[in-house]
Amino acid sequence: MNHDIAHNNEISHDDDHHGPETGFKRWLFTTNHKDIGTLYLTLSCIMFFVAGTMALIIRVELFEPGRVILNPEFFNQMTTMHGLIMVFGVIMPAMAGLANWLIPMMIGSPDMALPRLNNWSFWLLPFAFSLLGSTLFMSGPAPDFGWTFYAPLSTTYGPKSTDFFIFSIHLMGASSIMAALNIVVTIFNMRAPGMTWTKLPIFVWTWLITAFLLLAVMPVLAGCVTMMLMDRHFHTSFFNAAGGGDPILFQHVFWFFGHPEVYILILPGFGVISEVIPTFSRKPLFGYMSMVYASCMIAILGFVVWMHHMFTTGAPYEAQLFFMYATMLVAVPTGIKVFNWVATIFKGSITFETPMLFALGFLVMFTLGGFSGLMLALVPSDYQYRDSYFVVAHFHYVLVSGSLFTIITAVYYWLPKWTGQMYSERLGQIHFWLSVIGMNVTFLPMHFLGLAGMPRRIPDYALQFTDFNQICTIGAFIFGFAQLILLYIVLKSCFSKSKPTATSQVWEGAKGLEWTLPSPVPYHTFETAPVIQ
Amino acid sequence: MSSSLPKNHKRLTLILVCGVLFMFGFCYMLVPLYELVCKKEGLNGRSVKSATALDPKMRVDKSRVIKVFFTSTLHGPLKFRFVPLQRYVEVHPGETKLIYFFAENQTGHEITVQAIPSITPNDAARFLKKTECFCFTQQYFFKKEKADMPVYFFVDPAVSKDIKEITLSYTLFDASGFEKKQEHSTKGRIDL
Amino acid sequence: MQNGISRIILFISFCFLAMKAYATPGINMPYGVSPISQEIYNLHMAAFYICCGIGAITFGVLLYSLIKFRKSKGAEAAHFHEHLGIEIFWTVIPTLILVALAIPATIVLKHIHNTEESALTIKITGYQWRWKYEYLDQGISFFSKLSTTQDQINNKTKKDDWYLLEVDNEVVVPVNTKVKLLVTADDVIHAWWVPELGVKQDAVPGFINENWILVTQPGTYRGQCGELCGVNHAFMPIVVKAVSQAEFVKWVSGHQKVAENKLQDDSLDKAKAAIAAHHA
Repeated sequence: MNHDIAHNNEISHDDDHHGPETGFKRWLFTTNHKDIGTLYLTLSCIMFFVAGTMALIIRVELFEPGRVILNPEFFNQMTTMHGLIMVFGVIMPAMAGLANWLIPMMIGSPDMALPRLNNWSFWLLPFAFSLLGSTLFMSGPAPDFGWTFYAPLSTTYGPKSTDFFIFSIHLMGASSIMAALNIVVTIFNMRAPGMTWTKLPIFVWTWLITAFLLLAVMPVLAGCVTMMLMDRHFHTSFFNAAGGGDPILFQHVFWFFGHPEVYILILPGFGVISEVIPTFSRKPLFGYMSMVYASCMIAILGFVVWMHHMFTTGAPYEAQLFFMYATMLVAVPTGIKVFNWVATIFKGSITFETPMLFALGFLVMFTLGGFSGLMLALVPSDYQYRDSYFVVAHFHYVLVSGSLFTIITAVYYWLPKWTGQMYSERLGQIHFWLSVIGMNVTFLPMHFLGLAGMPRRIPDYALQFTDFNQICTIGAFIFGFAQLILLYIVLKSCFSKSKPTATSQVWEGAKGLEWTLPSPVPYHTFETAPVIQ
Repeated sequence: MSSSLPKNHKRLTLILVCGVLFMFGFCYMLVPLYELVCKKEGLNGRSVKSATALDPKMRVDKSRVIKVFFTSTLHGPLKFRFVPLQRYVEVHPGETKLIYFFAENQTGHEITVQAIPSITPNDAARFLKKTECFCFTQQYFFKKEKADMPVYFFVDPAVSKDIKEITLSYTLFDASGFEKKQEHSTKGRIDL
Repeated sequence: MQNGISRIILFISFCFLAMKAYATPGINMPYGVSPISQEIYNLHMAAFYICCGIGAITFGVLLYSLIKFRKSKGAEAAHFHEHLGIEIFWTVIPTLILVALAIPATIVLKHIHNTEESALTIKITGYQWRWKYEYLDQGISFFSKLSTTQDQINNKTKKDDWYLLEVDNEVVVPVNTKVKLLVTADDVIHAWWVPELGVKQDAVPGFINENWILVTQPGTYRGQCGELCGVNHAFMPIVVKAVSQAEFVKWVSGHQKVAENKLQDDSLDKAKAAIAAHHA
């Protein structure tokens, strides 16, 4: 990040602050929300390329039937680690990074409520991922049971590295819980005077709801992996039928966490889109309050739909019906959000800068993901879709062109504010089109593969699936390499030594407290609370 | 900055931490909660794990006949012969019936085993009640020991009229390392 | 304008692919040979068309907006940010559409949970990494393993047409007969999935699940394990062969002869005698 921030600082009032430290001490001991935001985003970026490489390795293996480069054992490790790292190491830290950077500036507060806890929240993560990554270099297999680590595959039949995986999850969970705690306390207690709940920026709203979800379900994940540990080493039988336990209990506990988790992965992204689309439509967000209520509804409903991941496990008829109806119901608030975004654009005055391009890409493709989600909600159809590539297609549409695109949108949107450097619009557009094309070429055929009967988590497949798999692999490489453009753009903006090219306002239609600050933002901001009209 | 701000932080943080701890505890509470719901609704083919007392007022519903099928599975490499001695029986709801499974220890050493029952369909599971069953406790077998293992059961007349067939399945697990200190019940067991 | 046209192309490609999906076998869900697979197919297509419809309207409005309200063409932004009528409309209508979709889904699910008596019961046990089939009433039991060779997997020889979808012992069932399936597992969770029969059932160790199939046409139907179960999850396929009643009877007696030759003990008779003696 800019070492020049402190020196450009003209706004800071308290002269006790002598600016950031230099060198690695700064990053190790920082309690500044901007620095910690940067740390989270940097970690997320590194993990993205690690897990992305794993994805490409997977796709190479799947280029043709027959063994290509991997044995099935290592393939299972790749799919597991790819999933774990993308969920816990890319999306979640990136969203946390955005929260750290933006929430204090958006609510007019000088920093997060608990700055030292903030530091610790971040620094747990490199340890967690080192622990997880180290399992790949151990003598036995790394975790190889899918990111959903069902028992008894992960308990009785799990490799020795499973225990490291469990501890790693504990660390990640602790980090998320502490970050969520910080966010809730910050938003509750540190809003500038005059910033009532109805004036709260929508991104802050979505993160507030997400933080409550995190506080509610990360402990459940912690309990789940602790039960696993106890089954593995302390002679308990939570998930072992032999001792009176039940493997299905594992799935209930896991998905009770797992479903709200996917809403955790997307809700802040919804907030980003709700900030970006009004800016580039030059029109206020349509239905601010209904957006807030819709987000709340999604979060609450998210607690009572978990069994839709378990329709084929032998669930009774009435339970299947309840979870089917509840899952279908989620389409209503989600639809409201999509319609509200379209209504914001309608009769606006639209320009197509890169953040808007990615926001529009999100709007179309996340909705497609939502459609496949609705189809998956129907129990009889799910009997055919479950554990097939149809599911893989669905969640990649909602996670890649959903969550990931919102993160990329956010980066393009706020990077000029953070660094003071305008990125190259031309490069941004190339990045966008390559990403959209790559993404669709990769994941659209997967719907058809799933419908045609290809199961997921397989390193080798029957001959009739070859053509589409090859298309998917090509798409994956296009998408993967296109992200190097983003990396270049970000690094260029961060390490540029030239004078700031971005104005305070940056985007013509942007509204919010952060746009009243200079670009790049000073190291300390809003040390005196602004007054909100 | 008002000095009450840190106090607000402390209070809210404390409340949220309590919430987090509660949710961790809730996760563990899910275990007995799950057991309860499963037993009550008969989910996952779970039936009662202990003897049901016979209700003397229970009426036998002679208007219906339900076929109760039996099947057995050995778990893992367990070397046992474990089969039902009858493929099925026909019972009236409310009528008690005694059936047997044959078990022979072919492991070459003494062993403790546990039979885990599972019943399908789910709607019927909670209505198949046992007054005596070898699955209620672990079973100890000497080397090469053979025995007939009893199950004394009835189908509760409250079972839905849609149910015409029920399958009672036992999976036999090697309980080595998990031996319980309680007395092994060999009640009703016929040694061969 | 570049972005608008590109959006149109994206949208039309999607529609085209959607139509193509319907027409081409091998990329859509199979219609199948079981009443359930066919009901599921119809439900799937209905849901798909509804999604297409909603997508067409939503993306249509979006596309229109992106073209018509461009700043570069002089569009001036309006200021409205709410409209009670339309918000109620797009809350109520989707809810009604969902109800319309939920009704057939509920009915099909009831059919799947059919508790009518079946003529044949097969117990299916999932193992790492093969299936065991037991015809409980006929006394037949056998394992079914992948028959594709390692050489084919390692690209040393040419791959069979049914690479990874062929087994040594197939499951034989008579046509037009309701077959009850009792599904369990020996070790970890597996799942028994045959798309053309519209059936997928998790196999959970220690527990028994039931399902049923009814095959309306003779033929060979292939499926795979549908739950990650370890290293060779991809290598434990399922092959179901539906034959006429007469052929089935012949197949059964053939297998029974093999079974009888194997089993030569009277333990069970002795066990039954002991019970009779005990209760005499």
